[in-house]
Amino acid sequence: MVQNNTWLNALTHLILILGIVFVAFPVYIAIIASTRGSFDFLQGLVPLLPGTEAIENYSRILNAGVSTSGAPPLGLMMTNSLVMALSIALGKIFISILSAFAIVYFRFPFRTLAFWMIFITLMLPVEVRIMPTFKVVADLGLLNSYAGLTIPLIASATATFLFRQFFLTVPEELMEAARIDGAGPMKFFRDILLPLSRTNIAALFVILFIYGWNQYLWPLLVTTDSSYYTVVMGIKRMADVADSEPQWNLVMAAVVLAMLPPIVVVIGMQKLFVKGLVESEK
Amino acid sequence: MSSIVLKDVRKVYAGNVEAVKGVSIDIADGEFIVLVGPSGCGKSTLLRMIAGLEEISSGEVSIGDRVVNRVDPANRDIAMVFQNYALYPHMSVYNNLAYGLKNRGMAKAEIDRRVKEAARILEIGDYLDRKPRALSGGQRQRVAMGRAIVREPAAFLFDEPLSNLDAKLRVQMRVEIKKLQKDLGTTSVYVTHDQLEAMTLADRLVVLNGGSIEQIGAPIDVYDKPASTFVASFIGSPAMNLIDAKADASGLAAAKGEGLSGANAYGREAYVVGVRPEHLKVLRGEAAAPADAALTLRMKVKVLEPVGAESYLYGELPNGGASLVVRVESHETFAIGEMVTLHAPAKDVHFFDAQSGRRIEG
Amino acid sequence: MQTKRAIFPNKFLPYALLAPQLAITFVFFFWPAAQAVKQSFYKEDPFGLSSRFVGLANYTKLFQEPDYLNSIGRTAVFAISTTGLALILALIFAVAVDRLIRSRNAYTTLLLWPYAVAPAVAGILWWFMFNPTVGILPYMLDVVGYDWNHRLNQTDAMILIVLAASWKQISYNFIFFLAGLQAIPKSLKEAAAIDGAGPVKSFFTIILPLLSPTSFFLLVVNIVSALFDTFAIIDATTAGGPAQGTNVLVYKVYQDGFIGLNLGSSAAQSVILMAVVILLTVIQFRYIERRVQY
Repeated sequence: MVQNNTWLNALTHLILILGIVFVAFPVYIAIIASTRGSFDFLQGLVPLLPGTEAIENYSRILNAGVSTSGAPPLGLMMTNSLVMALSIALGKIFISILSAFAIVYFRFPFRTLAFWMIFITLMLPVEVRIMPTFKVVADLGLLNSYAGLTIPLIASATATFLFRQFFLTVPEELMEAARIDGAGPMKFFRDILLPLSRTNIAALFVILFIYGWNQYLWPLLVTTDSSYYTVVMGIKRMADVADSEPQWNLVMAAVVLAMLPPIVVVIGMQKLFVKGLVESEK
Repeated sequence: MSSIVLKDVRKVYAGNVEAVKGVSIDIADGEFIVLVGPSGCGKSTLLRMIAGLEEISSGEVSIGDRVVNRVDPANRDIAMVFQNYALYPHMSVYNNLAYGLKNRGMAKAEIDRRVKEAARILEIGDYLDRKPRALSGGQRQRVAMGRAIVREPAAFLFDEPLSNLDAKLRVQMRVEIKKLQKDLGTTSVYVTHDQLEAMTLADRLVVLNGGSIEQIGAPIDVYDKPASTFVASFIGSPAMNLIDAKADASGLAAAKGEGLSGANAYGREAYVVGVRPEHLKVLRGEAAAPADAALTLRMKVKVLEPVGAESYLYGELPNGGASLVVRVESHETFAIGEMVTLHAPAKDVHFFDAQSGRRIEG
Repeated sequence: MQTKRAIFPNKFLPYALLAPQLAITFVFFFWPAAQAVKQSFYKEDPFGLSSRFVGLANYTKLFQEPDYLNSIGRTAVFAISTTGLALILALIFAVAVDRLIRSRNAYTTLLLWPYAVAPAVAGILWWFMFNPTVGILPYMLDVVGYDWNHRLNQTDAMILIVLAASWKQISYNFIFFLAGLQAIPKSLKEAAAIDGAGPVKSFFTIILPLLSPTSFFLLVVNIVSALFDTFAIIDATTAGGPAQGTNVLVYKVYQDGFIGLNLGSSAAQSVILMAVVILLTVIQFRYIERRVQY
């Protein structure tokens, strides 16, 4: 379409540039802060240009941590976060694709009930039922364990819903042809459905990885042993020092490192991520 | 290869919707049967019950002397060609053909032999490594056929396999399917809503309406002697002229309008009289119909529709009577509003019961 | 509910396939939820030594408690401001990006990454920017004569968490608005242009109405997100303060339960929140199913 409106085009770019400044500015400040020495904050204003202590700050936070706040080295916390994010993402995909398969490709008593039982959890985050869930996990002896960190977060309807939507778009005849070709349900699942779901699985993986990595309240509650701390909750412990200013350069270095993996995943897999996000909510 | 026998087969869906109402057909070994009817007539359901994709509510389906009501589709020794082909999108053409054989644990060498042979017959040998999405509609159709052939099944089931192709390709594939079926001699059941496809392919036609069989017979017999007004209007294009007529000792008259005359062949008081557009002769002006005419109609011309090799003249009986269509020579011209006389000999005039629509025969 | 026309006939397999998810859902969702409901009818001493049935007392008391009513108000202010801000800004960005062709992907990338930032981290980023001693924004505000202090001033604290939450939510909304805009057939925009509608007119008469399904969906999701994801932002920054100024409902559940050890009241609050979310879920689902059938 011919659109020749210079004024409007300029405004468009202006709006977007302002938008990018708005979203990027806090991160810019964090990156700058993470490159400065701790004395640079004493003048009472955050510096706006990079300093020289980046390597020192980052290596210190990764290997030693901020001892004063009882947080372990960031390297350990990031490993924990990685374990948690991967377990949640893969676990959710695994149990969801199976239950979506059951719901779409079979008809059995209580099918609708099963669907609703899963669906009702769609938007109900752990925060709402935090007390009793915590109690269950404690009673099962899962505090301070990877199982306790991940399993309670693995059941969610989002992934089931996405797979269900996708399976409904797979032509009926494909399954019928496979049946005539002698494939039973699990063979059809493995040979036909799973390969066809590859893109959806990948897209979902991106979203769920971020979801797992960014968990805050749950690790805060179920870990008291600092060797199970995850990075997102650990930062809060670093920033939360009584009666004095936190060591901002180190906290911001930790913040940058905590943001990095999910941001890399999102930008690296942008197409899949957008697809996964938009489809899972359809 | 084997025969297929349906005995009083019924399909009742939840809510007591009866999709198939007691259908019995004996399909001989090697026969090409076409199930034809309008959408919703139950033809696809019937085919899917033979395939085992749909539960049989009551009745019996046997393939080769074995009752298969409770047999899984995979074990019925049938192959099916789907309307949308249902090719596995992530597998190469080769693997699409081989998948069903692999699942049956067939030896690799034998699979390879069969796939190559099917590819040769269908001329898809050059595409074996491609994915279905890289193929044209016609090529996909061939792959779907190939998947059926490699199995060397007792029967082929076709579910409107040509309806996704363009007109030209459809004619070409129609011819190929017929030739292939004759060469292989495999019993085939073919579902279509296209009466031309049905006429050209079938050894015998099964015309279905509302879940019941209207007529079974060789295409030409069905055309010559339609068993009901439904069959008469469904088979043949343009459809047979069907006119409500009343009758007394002196002969026939139109039930509505006027301009119909003829002999009261069966001595009843009312009929539906049928005559095909291609069997009516046209007389212009006031010329009288010949003495041997069993049916004479007066028609007021409304539209002339040339299709090239011939033309169709549309009109109606005078004074608000039934609509009529008649085939005329391609270059003849008619004036709108012109009155013409149509007539047909006794052998081309069909009589149907005015209430039931069933054919009346002497 | 939709299913396939043809299905596999197996009787037990589907239950086996559903078992893992249902087991986890039951143990970590339904069982705790039932416990919460049960607990909400009991009054328990903080050490869990004794409890007695009190009927609806926990609920009725809740609605007489000024702190709870205050929390409802704070939640409403927070949810409305955050949702409004995040939706409007995201829509503006999406419309702008949708106008462009060559630079579309670059702008999209630059706008969508905050989705990946954890709410807690987003909170800390803004907390740092607004830090009264070292933050850059209080310094700038001081120049125009405003004395920013979110540690003392409730309004400042609210603005802080609204900004942090919106900042994080914009990218999500942006992605959906952009997808919605790109799903509008080009021919419609062309028809509007031929009908003489200028860009502004065609936006309000054609594009906005066609985006309404997306907008409705985002509205619900944003409200839910404002109700719950906020937890991390608040805990990482204001911790509900100053003086209950940012103590939204979900945070109060946690505070009263884990810190105040008032288990009955916390459970009653949980139940109320669950009811609200389930209601929103059902509304959303009805709407989704309807759209799927088109």
